[in-house]
Amino acid sequence: MCLAIPALVKSIDGSVAEVEIGGVSRRASLLLTPEAMVGDYVLLHTGYAINVVNQEEAEETLRILEEMAQGAADEEEA
Amino acid sequence: MELLVSDKIILAHGSGGKLARELIEKTFLQALSNPLLAKLDDSAVFDFEGRLAFTTDSYVVNPIFFHGGDIGKLAVCGTVNDLAMVGAVPLYLSLSFIIEEGLPQEDLTRIVGSVQMAAREAGVQIVTGDTKVVNRGSADKLFINTAGVGLVPEGVDISGSNARPGDKVILSGTIGDHGIAVLSQREGLRFSTRLKSDCAPLNGLVAEMIKVSPRIHSMRDPTRGGLATTLNELAAQSKVSIRIEEEKIPVREEVRGACEMLGLDPLYIANEGKLVALVAPEDAEAILKKMRRNTCGRGAAIIGEVQADHPGRVVMKTRFGASRIVDMLVGDPLPRIC
Amino acid sequence: MKFVDEFRRSELARGLIRSIQQHSTKRVRLMEFCGGHTVAIMKHGIRQLLPATIEMLSGPGCPVCVTDNADIDKAIALARIPGVILATFGDMIRVPGSRSSLQEVKADGSDVRIVYSTLDALQIARENPSRSVIFLGIGFETTAPTVAASVIQAEQEGMRNYYVISLHKLCPPVIKELLDSGEVKVSGLICPGHVSAIVGSRSWEFIARDYGIPCVVSGFEPLDILQCVYMLVLQIEQAESKVEIAYRRGVRPEGNQRALELMYQVFEPCSARWRGMGLVPDSGLRLSKAYQRFDAELAFEFDPGPAFEPKGCICGEVLRAVKTPRDCKLFGTVCTPASPVGPCMVSSEGSCAAYYIYGAAGE
Repeated sequence: MCLAIPALVKSIDGSVAEVEIGGVSRRASLLLTPEAMVGDYVLLHTGYAINVVNQEEAEETLRILEEMAQGAADEEEA
Repeated sequence: MELLVSDKIILAHGSGGKLARELIEKTFLQALSNPLLAKLDDSAVFDFEGRLAFTTDSYVVNPIFFHGGDIGKLAVCGTVNDLAMVGAVPLYLSLSFIIEEGLPQEDLTRIVGSVQMAAREAGVQIVTGDTKVVNRGSADKLFINTAGVGLVPEGVDISGSNARPGDKVILSGTIGDHGIAVLSQREGLRFSTRLKSDCAPLNGLVAEMIKVSPRIHSMRDPTRGGLATTLNELAAQSKVSIRIEEEKIPVREEVRGACEMLGLDPLYIANEGKLVALVAPEDAEAILKKMRRNTCGRGAAIIGEVQADHPGRVVMKTRFGASRIVDMLVGDPLPRIC
Repeated sequence: MKFVDEFRRSELARGLIRSIQQHSTKRVRLMEFCGGHTVAIMKHGIRQLLPATIEMLSGPGCPVCVTDNADIDKAIALARIPGVILATFGDMIRVPGSRSSLQEVKADGSDVRIVYSTLDALQIARENPSRSVIFLGIGFETTAPTVAASVIQAEQEGMRNYYVISLHKLCPPVIKELLDSGEVKVSGLICPGHVSAIVGSRSWEFIARDYGIPCVVSGFEPLDILQCVYMLVLQIEQAESKVEIAYRRGVRPEGNQRALELMYQVFEPCSARWRGMGLVPDSGLRLSKAYQRFDAELAFEFDPGPAFEPKGCICGEVLRAVKTPRDCKLFGTVCTPASPVGPCMVSSEGSCAAYYIYGAAGE
């Protein structure tokens, strides 16, 4: 698959960032995502940020899933 | 001839001459002394009555110092825990060092200091020992072997083959702390975390558990191979199946984070201060309550139960209500990309 | 963990499962291309939660599994050269080649080191200026840009002792090959999330357009996969075929242009040999002219010897999704994770290993 995990960008020094995943920190390269900023979440793959996580899209997806879950629960009650 | 005080361990320290004697007296005896050890006879001689438990283990860990402990603490706790897992009260340990020449004297002193502290905490005495020094490259800094004897109290019969259908599975706390703490300091992988190894002697906790109920059927500390491997061993030995629930297994956030990053599974990561107990269902709650009052059992939880079908199999109910087999670890858990 | 835990919420999973059940009337075969999806599906027991109308097939999306024996032999031969340090991801260390594996040559004295990142391989090269460090470059479009970045870094630092074996593979060409072969009939494709993070969801449009197969890009959390299945079911029920994204937080239609630029600065497409599928045109990456001095295969003389496949192993057919691991006579008997015969049992995301390790209880 290519394992990649959302990591929070804590600080940036040139093209190297300090990122954190669940209380674990590591240096990561931002060579592939120069647009990443402190406070962003990036998808970390083998020490490189391969994309910036789109937080609005994440929230939107969750909103849709919550609606679906609610809808399904309502139907069950009905 | 005056001996040069060396700040490094050299081959001569293991040769049985004056330097060796000095090492024994200054480094080992000073820290670990007790009447049995101080005699420096070829064997420690002591009286014994009752059922004896006897175990040995060798300790190789890279790096030798890690968050929450070092190889010395590990060498005491590991053997004390092996004794405790059959319900034995640990009494005496042997301590044998294989040192790669060039190890700083300071490191050795620090490690012996950890041995002393861990032995005191566990209430055991180091009564015999040995030191060998090998050429550079023939060992990785320092290997330790310890053996231990302990006394099994009357009425206690704990074995990996004693689990019965209906038994509850109790885990004493979070899994993976040791393995991830060590991994985080390994060359080529470095990541930083506040996580500490859980390395601790468990005999105190076990003594409390036995006080509550002698009907603890099986007990084991999930060291290398992790919880998954230990449960598989117990299931195979007792010819039962074990069902656990994913949501009930305590895992620290840092361990989850590191595992997600490196493609590892906390179920397979080593612990050095945790135990799994398979106990009669009617006693499970009382044992759990007692465990939670002990520092080493604060995070204890009932994570599953023993069943009769499919002997040897471990099955986990996922958080979505599906179930899957949990197999033993094969090979080392290695960081992976896919 | 943010963006992880939310996508594992079981009450939301239940909602998705109910919606799938409500909408799924036709019998469908969905292929997850990516081994990571195979693992996630098995690990969370997702198959058991889906209605009987949905059949799931595992595709060839594991970079370890698809690496040809001859290529593994090459890496082993390079690792054996005195003075060489072979740096590799942990995934490759146990994979058997024709005669041996990297873990076996390591035991014989070769210097094989496991790294998490090419950044670590570069560091080994800096610390060992008198040795040659060869990085074993496996992986799809997700990983290739990170290897490209390491080559560019090595060039900028003027390093003369860093080399790469490029065994990288490209996903769209092999999916095309698979569909063209006509061997596998699928009604929907679960497209790889992290490959798509780089290449963009647009890369799959030819499948929806030319083959009429619905495509949905999925992430790797259980909710991502369920949402993807739901979206595929809806497309199939409505007789549509388009490319959609069920992983919008991680994937954009255009992908990561910067990563693609770096990848194609250092590498150029070439035909590549896939295990079980043979030579697939334009499905591999080799170092481009300007970076050829980093190519380990050109820099060293070595003889990997003749390659051959293990007898009885059907990894090739498993990778082509023509057969499942349980169709293999060796599965679970001769071939287990402890003594793997083929790569699909070695790689933790290989179909065989996933079936074996995470086998559903009762099956």
